[in-house]
Amino acid sequence: MQLEQPLIVSSSPHIHSGYTISGAMRDVIYALSPAVIAAVYFFGLQAFAVILTCILAAVLAEFCCQKIMARPITLSDGSAALTGLLLAMCLPPALPLWIAALGSFFAIIIGKQVFGGLGCNVFNPAHIGRAILLASFPAQMTTWSKPQNSFAAFATDAVSGSTPLAELKNLSQQIPPQEVMTVILENINFLDLVSGNTSGSLGETSALLLLLGGLYLIFRGHIDWRIPTFYLGSVFVIMFVYGIFHGYGFEFPLFHLLSGGLMIGAFFMATDWVTSPLTYKGRIIFALGLGFLTCLIRLKSSYTEGVCYAILLMNTLTPLIDRYTKRRVFGRQEK
Amino acid sequence: MQYSSWFFQGGCHIPDYKKPVCSQPLLKAPVPEKVYISVCQHLGAPAKPLVEKGDQVKLGDLICEAQGFVSANIHASVSGTVLGLEKRPLADGRFTDCLVLENDGLDTLNPTILKSKDTLVELSAAEIREKIQACGIVGLGGAAFPTHIKYLPAQDGRKAECIILNGIECEPYISDDYRTMLDEADRIIHGLLYMLKAADCQQGIIAIEDNKKDAYEYLVQKTATFAQLQVILCKERFPQGSEKQLVYSITGQEVPAGKLPLDVGVIVNNVGTAVAVANAVEQNLPLYERPITLNGSGIKNPGNYLVRIGTLYQDLAQSAGGLTGEVLKVINGGPMMGFSVPHLEIPVIKNTTALLFMTKKDLPDFAAERHCVRCARCLSACPMQLEPTKLVHAIKRKEWESAKTADLLSCLECGSCTYVCPARIPLVQYFRLGKQYLANDGQGARNPDFII
Repeated sequence: MQLEQPLIVSSSPHIHSGYTISGAMRDVIYALSPAVIAAVYFFGLQAFAVILTCILAAVLAEFCCQKIMARPITLSDGSAALTGLLLAMCLPPALPLWIAALGSFFAIIIGKQVFGGLGCNVFNPAHIGRAILLASFPAQMTTWSKPQNSFAAFATDAVSGSTPLAELKNLSQQIPPQEVMTVILENINFLDLVSGNTSGSLGETSALLLLLGGLYLIFRGHIDWRIPTFYLGSVFVIMFVYGIFHGYGFEFPLFHLLSGGLMIGAFFMATDWVTSPLTYKGRIIFALGLGFLTCLIRLKSSYTEGVCYAILLMNTLTPLIDRYTKRRVFGRQEK
Repeated sequence: MQYSSWFFQGGCHIPDYKKPVCSQPLLKAPVPEKVYISVCQHLGAPAKPLVEKGDQVKLGDLICEAQGFVSANIHASVSGTVLGLEKRPLADGRFTDCLVLENDGLDTLNPTILKSKDTLVELSAAEIREKIQACGIVGLGGAAFPTHIKYLPAQDGRKAECIILNGIECEPYISDDYRTMLDEADRIIHGLLYMLKAADCQQGIIAIEDNKKDAYEYLVQKTATFAQLQVILCKERFPQGSEKQLVYSITGQEVPAGKLPLDVGVIVNNVGTAVAVANAVEQNLPLYERPITLNGSGIKNPGNYLVRIGTLYQDLAQSAGGLTGEVLKVINGGPMMGFSVPHLEIPVIKNTTALLFMTKKDLPDFAAERHCVRCARCLSACPMQLEPTKLVHAIKRKEWESAKTADLLSCLECGSCTYVCPARIPLVQYFRLGKQYLANDGQGARNPDFII
């Protein structure tokens, strides 16, 4: 029998699941898109401009780095665009665009490419970008605008306001804890927190849409449910106990869950493949550490928001957690 | 329905692609004019040819004798003339001596082989073992381990408490075990009864994956009259059919690393092997024929065929209507663990379970290996609970000791990690390289510098 061409000989397996990095990145972008649309609705065109700037700057930075280092160009996997999008979601809506672009450069160059590109980075690149901006431009990074509820609104219309968490911190230094939650809930109700109708970063607003996106990622098998569950759970428990002992009442833990960067952090940042531990056990330890550090920073530091630093700090522990949470190999005794 | 009580960790779900073949009953493939019978069809020492050029043989004559403890007899699969010895490659890449037999087309049967079938015979354990050994029965699931060895009384008094017949067939594309269960259920049951007798064991279990519920129901019905037999469904998951994973699913016991199922009181055999055992015991019928699935979009008539040992792949393809379309890869065995072959002039041996003719649409697009993104899918997919991505790092850095400590040698080479990897890292291929290096202590193994 004559074959038309030589046969391919290779080592098994000869089939593949078809699961790709770019497919997963695409799904994460889909999962974020409801929250992105909500952000543009609440903060108007200015928000859209920040998002677009961040994505373009991230893609450009990745391209330049890979060109200079003579590495294969991997823009098509979507990871640079996703980093840009995630960074934008951590920025205030009225941020000058050049600062946003600078943030993306930092995120890609310092956060990712100097380590060797996707898969080698130690820290979550988007959070590296945000942390550097927060240290370099503290004033601009903490200027918040009130939601405009219009896609067409522009920055000039925006009124400055402080985030719910900042108000909480302010108030708890001025009035007795028993009254703090009452005063706060006069201005912001829980429905606003859930829908995102509050001041804050682009992606720190709509808890509900971020939750939906996160559930979609869990359902599609891209992220492990353990990280968001144990992260949110531990924050809730710690805040609950703190609230009880300090007289803040029962709304306190719920308020913390729904405000700030916790939702986007728990579902989109902490679950980053590259910087989170490999084993299930390790991920639970990682998430509990995140919960503890987030609460510590939110309650005891001068920062109002703790998610970003908590994630960066726990990222440094990931290799160590991996080392101490090895699984028992099938057919072997526990060492 | 009775499901197994345990379920192994890891593994992956694979679309099974069994549709074109699972409804095709076992057909006898035409016997070719020449067969090429390898002396090395089993795990262990090659058998020694007993015939010479010019000799006349009958169908079922002993033509190669087992050599040593782990070895098996080989019989003529046609009647006719011996043309001589010839070197031929096998699917796994070994070159072996093959006896070339010319078929006279008469199929004159060796006179010791009985025609009668389907009546249980009363024999002692030793007699059953002798027949299994004489007929050259080996495991038909793929490993080709000589079956009689599993039934020898163990030196240290270990005794099997149950025998599991493996009808899982978790590899996609393949359906010869499934067809065997539907078409030869009585032979399977007889075979299992003889195996129980040979091992002096009271419990026989037939394990079937739950994507083959009709085979399950059929066998439940067939075994209803035998109190000692049981049919159990296992959840569909690759590699459920792997011996260690199967033993765990059925008994809840882990076979310790480096040990055999017998160490936890279990003997595992393939359902096809049970048919061969029944044939050997009742009819003295040697293993000269086996079921093979032909599948893939490159073969005209996919199906399940009873094929004489020694048939060349090209003759087999011809009898299934020939090839169609652009065949890029031909796989001996399943697509997860089988061997791809360079050409079709390779003879069928006792462990050839399937031939898959893969065209472009069966195969994944080529993609270059990327850096690991630590998605940990390989960890979730590993049925041995290893950390595949860490092992690959160790092998790439040639840290052989740390690869050994991370238990590289426990790897089954099932390929699940490679199947799920989004960065397209050839993980299991690295493990094969590492294992080869470790097994030879770095001596005589291919220099990994060529590859890494």
